[in-house]
Amino acid sequence: MTENILNVNKVSLSFGGVAALKNVSFQVEEHKILAIIGPNGAGKSSLLNVVNGVYKPQKGQVIFKGKTWKNVVPYEAARSGIARTFQNIALFKGMSVLDNILTGRNLKMRAGLLSQAIYLGKCQREETNHRKAVEQIIDFLQIQHIRKTPVGRLPYGLQKRVELARALAAEPELLLLDEPMAGMNVEEKEDMSRFILDVNEEYGTSVILIEHDMGVVMDISDKVVVLDYGKKIGEGTPEEIRNNQEVIDAYLGVAR
Amino acid sequence: MFYRESGQLKTSYQEDQALLSITQDRIGLLLILIGAFVLIPLLASDYWFTAILIPFLVFSLAALGLNLLTGYAGQLSLGTAAFMAVGAFAAYNFELRVPGLPVLVSFILAGITTAIVGIAFGIPSLRIRGFYLAVATLAAQFFIPWLLVKVGWFTNYSSSGVITTQPVEIFGYVFDSPVERYLLVLAIVSVLALLAKNLVRSNIGRAWMAVRDMDVAAEVIGIKIMRTKLIAFGVSSFYCGVAGALYAYVYLGSVEPDGFNLDLSFRILFMVIIGGIGSIMGSFFGAAFITLLPIFLDIIINDGAALLNLKLAAGITSVMQLLVFGGLIIFFLIVEPLGLARLWQITKEKLRLWPFPH
Ligand SMILES: Nc1ncnc2c1ncn2[C@@H]1O[C@H](COP(=O)(O)OP(=O)(O)OP(=O)(O)O)[C@@H](O)[C@H]1O
Ligand SMILES: [Mg+2]
Repeated sequence: MTENILNVNKVSLSFGGVAALKNVSFQVEEHKILAIIGPNGAGKSSLLNVVNGVYKPQKGQVIFKGKTWKNVVPYEAARSGIARTFQNIALFKGMSVLDNILTGRNLKMRAGLLSQAIYLGKCQREETNHRKAVEQIIDFLQIQHIRKTPVGRLPYGLQKRVELARALAAEPELLLLDEPMAGMNVEEKEDMSRFILDVNEEYGTSVILIEHDMGVVMDISDKVVVLDYGKKIGEGTPEEIRNNQEVIDAYLGVAR
Repeated sequence: MFYRESGQLKTSYQEDQALLSITQDRIGLLLILIGAFVLIPLLASDYWFTAILIPFLVFSLAALGLNLLTGYAGQLSLGTAAFMAVGAFAAYNFELRVPGLPVLVSFILAGITTAIVGIAFGIPSLRIRGFYLAVATLAAQFFIPWLLVKVGWFTNYSSSGVITTQPVEIFGYVFDSPVERYLLVLAIVSVLALLAKNLVRSNIGRAWMAVRDMDVAAEVIGIKIMRTKLIAFGVSSFYCGVAGALYAYVYLGSVEPDGFNLDLSFRILFMVIIGGIGSIMGSFFGAAFITLLPIFLDIIINDGAALLNLKLAAGITSVMQLLVFGGLIIFFLIVEPLGLARLWQITKEKLRLWPFPH
């Protein structure tokens, strides 16, 4: 039996009076892709924010790699191997593609302030090594032609890809993707799906993916969790979900 | 035609990451350095050194310091002059109270002292941002000069508050004449500018820009926001502190706390805005522009008046200066927020393609 890399246990989260998550539990198996689906406002993004410490749940626990998180902050989540992308692109607009992706490796850099100011020697070696790693990701995601472009000038689809690149640069064990294909055309979606599958296969990265396109979800996920009004209303393989009456009523019916 | 990278194949990432990866840029920098270190000392007059070149360099350093904080790390500060005051008075007191301390060491210690003060005044940035942070730094701007006046120890109990700096002596050699003082500032500013350039192209520089552009995303990829901001305040204040020490020791020779007022802070902020927010070179452009503008205006207005046989009201030039300043700042804020540095970059991009568009 495979290990669970992530265990979300009876998590409840509310903002003032609004309950965003109600007693939600699910597991992510190592090296697997889990999709979270649900109508707008169901609490999907909030769930990701709980997983990487942006929001603190009022109740329940998050157990990552066997360790229960207490008062975890995003920094610690990043350090222990979680990277993510955002629903609304959150790139560093004033920086080039290359610098955005290099920033994703900041936790791996060791040179101190003085060494960075002097640059020659340790810092330069480090920069060059990380550059090599970043170039592999750039090749992998086929964004060589834009590496020096400021991200603000890129079209939406490419920005989403750069954001994925930045997350991958951290070499995460768990990758959280909040609607990575929203607003993309069919071709771009196919590319993105392939990238996610490749990352999962080549590096064994576990993935949680929020996605509205049921075709994509059915194609690439190993397991699906369905949220509605902050509650988990279904869980299973894509096949099971497709045939789950409650899910069809709550979500698939609406989506079609 | 002449400015382009074609035919300059980079064979390693190290080469690609080099400070100036295009040969023409390297030649350009070399020419500037030769000009600054060799030609200018041979050609310029004492007036040029003391009234234009030395203040230009000192202000460049202060603008550079502010630019690291505001342009790169996105934290607005109106306390630049106050931090310069800390540097000036720290250097003075180190020299005064530690007999035989080399003046360069005093400058560095002054920078470090200012860095510590800057970090203390940067703490509010952890909770507030933008306009409110600017107001918090304004507190530094009023508090520090007040404290320097209030506590006599800082000015060695000078009754007027004015301090006269000790001679600038390095290894027994006194930097006294205008050209010597110019060369000293030039050397210090060149080295510090290089270090700043290195910082902004390394991990810390990227962290600054990440915090500036999107702090939530920065935090999620593991950047410690507090630490990053406080380092920005520290490094920026170090630069402003050294600039303040040079302002006192090399430019004016005697200073008083009230000279480091809000006006001066704004002047430096304008240099950053006009020169280019988030650009090391822009800091120099801005300082040059604001140092030279009054002189040019003066010449234009006076010569123009002489030519037309007009009698000018006293003080007309300073009014004209304010008008032109104000106009330019509005122009840059609206039309080209990235300042002269951006205009320069656009020119270079055009040159790269010239004479073949596309
Ligand atoms: N920071 C916040 N403050 C207050 N309420 C919030 C906050 N974040 C989310 N909510 C509320 O929590 C609920 C769930 O929002 P969430 O963004 O998690 O939904 P979602 O499933 O991601 O929706 P969408 O498909 O639109 O992205 C909503 O009612 C939302 O208004
Ligand atoms: Mg969402």
